[in-house]
Amino acid sequence: MKNTYVLHFDTTNYDKPIVYRLIRDYDLVFNILKAVILPKQESYLVMEIDGDVRQLELGLHYLQNQGVQVDPVTKNVHRNEERCTHCGACTAICPTGALAIERPSMFVRFDPDKCSACGLCVTACPPRAMEVSF
Amino acid sequence: MAAVKKTIREINERIRKGEAVVVTAEEMIGIVADNGAEDAARHVDVVTTGTFSPMCSSGAFLNLGHAKPRIRASKVWLNNVPACGGIAAVDLYLGATEPTEDDPLNKVHPGEFRYGGGHVIEDLVAGRKVHVYLESYGTACYPNKVVEKDVVLADLPQAILCNPRNCYQNYNCGINLSDRTIYTYMGILRPNGGNVTFSSAGQLSPLLNDPYYRTIGLGTRIFLGGAEGYVTWYGTQHNPAVPRGENGVVRGGGGTLFVMGDLKKMSPRWLMGVSIVGYGCSLAVGIGIPIPIIDEHMARFTAVRDDDIFAPVVDYSYDYPMGTGNIVQEVSYGELRRGTVQINGRKVPAVPLSSYSRAREIAETLKTWIANGMFTLGEPQMPLPGSELFGG
Repeated sequence: MKNTYVLHFDTTNYDKPIVYRLIRDYDLVFNILKAVILPKQESYLVMEIDGDVRQLELGLHYLQNQGVQVDPVTKNVHRNEERCTHCGACTAICPTGALAIERPSMFVRFDPDKCSACGLCVTACPPRAMEVSF
Repeated sequence: MAAVKKTIREINERIRKGEAVVVTAEEMIGIVADNGAEDAARHVDVVTTGTFSPMCSSGAFLNLGHAKPRIRASKVWLNNVPACGGIAAVDLYLGATEPTEDDPLNKVHPGEFRYGGGHVIEDLVAGRKVHVYLESYGTACYPNKVVEKDVVLADLPQAILCNPRNCYQNYNCGINLSDRTIYTYMGILRPNGGNVTFSSAGQLSPLLNDPYYRTIGLGTRIFLGGAEGYVTWYGTQHNPAVPRGENGVVRGGGGTLFVMGDLKKMSPRWLMGVSIVGYGCSLAVGIGIPIPIIDEHMARFTAVRDDDIFAPVVDYSYDYPMGTGNIVQEVSYGELRRGTVQINGRKVPAVPLSSYSRAREIAETLKTWIANGMFTLGEPQMPLPGSELFGG
C-alpha cells in the first residue's frame, strides 16, 4: 500500500532522527517529495510511504508517538471549485500529473493521490483556485 | 448567388414565435457534415458560439455619484488600485490590468500580481464592498479635496463594462526556445521548447465562425459577462488583412471586438479577476455571439472544425518580445486540443489557457436564451472593416 503524507514536526522533535526507523523497524519504503526544516521552528516533510498495510499502520502510529502529526497530503491541498475555470494553465507546470486535462470534456481533473503538494500550481493558476497549506 | 437567403428580421420573428432552430457551433459541425451546408442553412436559424479567457484591454466606466460637498476627483483609487479620473467629476475608467498601488510587481521575479483592476471588477460584480479614495485640488464648484468611502455596485449610478479589445479572432501559441523558464501572458513556458500554450476556443470561438464578419458588426447583441452586451465598434488592433486559409479562416490574430454592457447585470462566474505570474493582472471574460445563418455560406463557416483552424507557434523568449515577426511553425487546434503537437519532429505537450468547457457552457446558455425567446438578434448598423473581403 502506498500513500502520500505530510509529517509535521514541532520545535521539540524537528531535530530528532525519527523517520529512518520507518525503514529499520517497519520495513517501509519512503520517498521524500518535499522538506522544509527550519532550526527551532515547526517543520514538515511530504513523503510517499510504501509497504505492508499492517506495517504502515504501525509505522504511522510510531510517528504519532514521537509527537509527529501525520496528515494525508489531501488534507493540505485543496481546489476551490468556485474559482477553477478549467482553463488548463496549471497542467503546464504540475510535475506529477495530478492536474491533467480530461478529453473530450476538457475539464481539468485533480487527482489528490498523485499530488506531491509541491505548490507550483498555486501561482500558476490565474484565478488562484489552488490552495496548499501546511 | 446564395441558394438560401434569410434576413435577421425573419430569424427574429421565428425566435419570438418560439420556432427558431438554434444549435451550438459544435453541433453545427455534425449537421453540415451529415446534410450539407445548403440543407443546414434551410433548417438552422442561429449558431451560438462562446469563449472564456483572460482578455486584457478590458475595463469599466464607473460613475461614483456626487459627494457632499462635491469633489472633482482628479486621482482615484479603488481598493488601492489606481483608476483614471481625468474624465469628469466622478466618472472614472478602471483598467483590468492595473495592479495595486504598492504591488511589488516583478521586483522579486516572477511577481504574483495578486490583485488588480480585474479583481476590483469581480469584487463589484460579486456584490462585495470596494473602498474608494478620491483626491482633488478643489474648485469653487467642487470644493472637496478628499473623499473616502466604501461602495457596492448597487450604490453606483452607472457601471458599464467597456472593453476596447476582446474576442481576438485567432491567436499565437507560445513556446520558449531559450534554456530558462519564462513567465509570460501566454503562461509559464518551459525551457527548450518544453511546452506549447494556446488561448482560443477554436471551433467554438465567435470570430472563427464568422471569419469575414458577415453577420457580426456594430450593434450585434452578445452574451457578455453573463448578461446581454453589444459589439459597439471594432476592437483595437483589429486587422482583417492577415493571411487566411482556403476556408477563409485567419491564420493569425485577425479581427477583434470592442464590446460593452451593463456591469450591474453581470456575474462573477463570467468576469473573474486573474493573476498571471510574472506578467500582471487581467480579467477573464465570458463572451458568446449568436450567428444568424442567413445563407449556406454562413452554414459552411459555422461548421468549421478545430482541425481546419491553424495558429502560429511563436517563440516568446526572443521573436515575440523583439517583434521579429518570425514564427516557428503552424499547428491546428485539433492537435492542440488533443494535447500534443509536433514541433520540428518532436512531440511537445500543448496546454490551453482558455477554458473550453466554459466556452461550451456559454454557447449552451446562449442557445437556451434564444430558443426560449428571451434573446433576439441585434441587427448590425455598420459592418466591421474586413467584411468587404468576402468573395461569395
